[in-house]
Amino acid sequence: MSMLEIRKMSMFFGGLAALHDVDFEVRQGEILALIGPNGAGKTTLFNCVNGFYNPSEGQVLFKGRPITGLKPHKICQFGIARTFQVVKPLSRMSVFDNVLASAFLRNPTRKGAEDVTEEVLHFTGLWDDRDQLSKGLPLGKRKRLEIARSLATQPEFLLLDESFAGLNPAELDVSIDIIRGIRRQGVTVMIIEHHMKVIMAISDRIVVLNFGQKIAEGTPGEISANRQVVEAYLGEEHGA
Amino acid sequence: MKKHLLPLAILAVLAGLPLLGLNSYVMHILILTIMWTLAGMAWNLLGGYCGQVSFGHAAFFGMGAYSAGLVHLHLGLSPWWGFLASLPLVALVALGMGMVVLRLRGPYFVLATLAIGEVLRITCENLTDFTKGTLGIMITRTWVEKTHYYYIILGLAVLTFVVCRLIVRSRWGYYFVAIREDQDAAESMGIDTTRYKTIALTVSAMLTGLAGAFYTNYMGYIDPGVVFSLGEISILIIMVVMVGGVATEWGPALGAGIMVILAEYIRSLPLIGVAYQTMFGVLLIVIIIYLPNGLVGDWPVLRRKLLRRGATA
Repeated sequence: MSMLEIRKMSMFFGGLAALHDVDFEVRQGEILALIGPNGAGKTTLFNCVNGFYNPSEGQVLFKGRPITGLKPHKICQFGIARTFQVVKPLSRMSVFDNVLASAFLRNPTRKGAEDVTEEVLHFTGLWDDRDQLSKGLPLGKRKRLEIARSLATQPEFLLLDESFAGLNPAELDVSIDIIRGIRRQGVTVMIIEHHMKVIMAISDRIVVLNFGQKIAEGTPGEISANRQVVEAYLGEEHGA
Repeated sequence: MKKHLLPLAILAVLAGLPLLGLNSYVMHILILTIMWTLAGMAWNLLGGYCGQVSFGHAAFFGMGAYSAGLVHLHLGLSPWWGFLASLPLVALVALGMGMVVLRLRGPYFVLATLAIGEVLRITCENLTDFTKGTLGIMITRTWVEKTHYYYIILGLAVLTFVVCRLIVRSRWGYYFVAIREDQDAAESMGIDTTRYKTIALTVSAMLTGLAGAFYTNYMGYIDPGVVFSLGEISILIIMVVMVGGVATEWGPALGAGIMVILAEYIRSLPLIGVAYQTMFGVLLIVIIIYLPNGLVGDWPVLRRKLLRRGATA
């Protein structure tokens, strides 16, 4: 069953097509990686799905229901959560309160929200940092806080925007385990990532964007053998 | 029970104060301090916790004040009915205003609130048939003696304190702070930012209106230049909170005490007394540079500095 369908989506900024006729689906329970060179339109696509942008053309369907043009908070209430590439911690709130503020979405009582927060913090390995102000966290943990906060909204579908960028090898392994754990809980994941080792290790399928257009789609094996993809990343001479 | 101990102890002391037989000047200072505490706590909800800095709270203060004046002038009712009349009026205006100005962010929001405060003042000055314009409205005060007023404003301040405490510790409070820290993050956490900003604005406005309605009853005279004043109301409310501590529970009370006493003191100085607003301006700059979180908010920093100075001396 398809969790998310992106139909003929285009996004224009003035004359520039950041996305052009992009068309693909994310199946329930899978991890789909969205890759492509800088400026390919990956984050723009996330913003169109999560409601920050209203796509110029095309549609987004979540579980068969059109969500195009809805506000981000509405889309989050439907069950789509996201993280940000440039982390947005609620700086002057503790780690615990950051996650608690998210958990209130589906748990209006304080007790219920605190239970969810505790569970999410243990799951993401941030429990020991719960009383720290989030602005004092090192980058690796701030990236994980993004994940924790999005999980606290108890989503069915998670958009991860470069959650691995800038992490050291030890932190990478922790984050890979977390994302596998998320999938085990039945959450569908779409992830933007540059780190090829991570992509190949965790994703079921890959969609490749270049200059706003989808140039390939397939399993990690298929993608790494695809000439067009290699050209997009390394330039034409190398691809030949 | 233990967590309510401090507020209850403070309330007991405040409730007992008039029994000491203080002279009417001291009572006046106390009443003003509590009134500004109320207004500061109300502003703090929107400006401190929710991060939407308003330079136009005189709009709500003035509407509260004129609610009391106008029910007396046109309906012949006691100006005490102004409290009741102010609530729906201020709520309605705040909701309408919210729909327009809360779409704006940062400095644009600040400028819009500033403009609304001024627009209301000018409107009030020119609707001479309805408001008597710059002539103002005079009412007969119910009591000459100050004790009654003291207990009334204390009651209103306690109500405001409780409302703010309940809100700040609830889901709403977390949402307000999340909005202050990052609106995009808050939206993507499922928080309807426009809705919660409107709630913060409306509650803050209604509480400020109560302070205005009290002002009319207590002072006995209002005119647009005073109750809709940018300098003496809107900015003074901000000063109260900035000096005391933004987004702190006790900051407004401390700030109100300091500002009221300081205003009285500076105004009594020869020569420079007339320039008290200039001195407030200088004070605000100093506070923003050295204690951006106010006395309560920056207390740990302040204490460390004082201790270090004490150790080296």
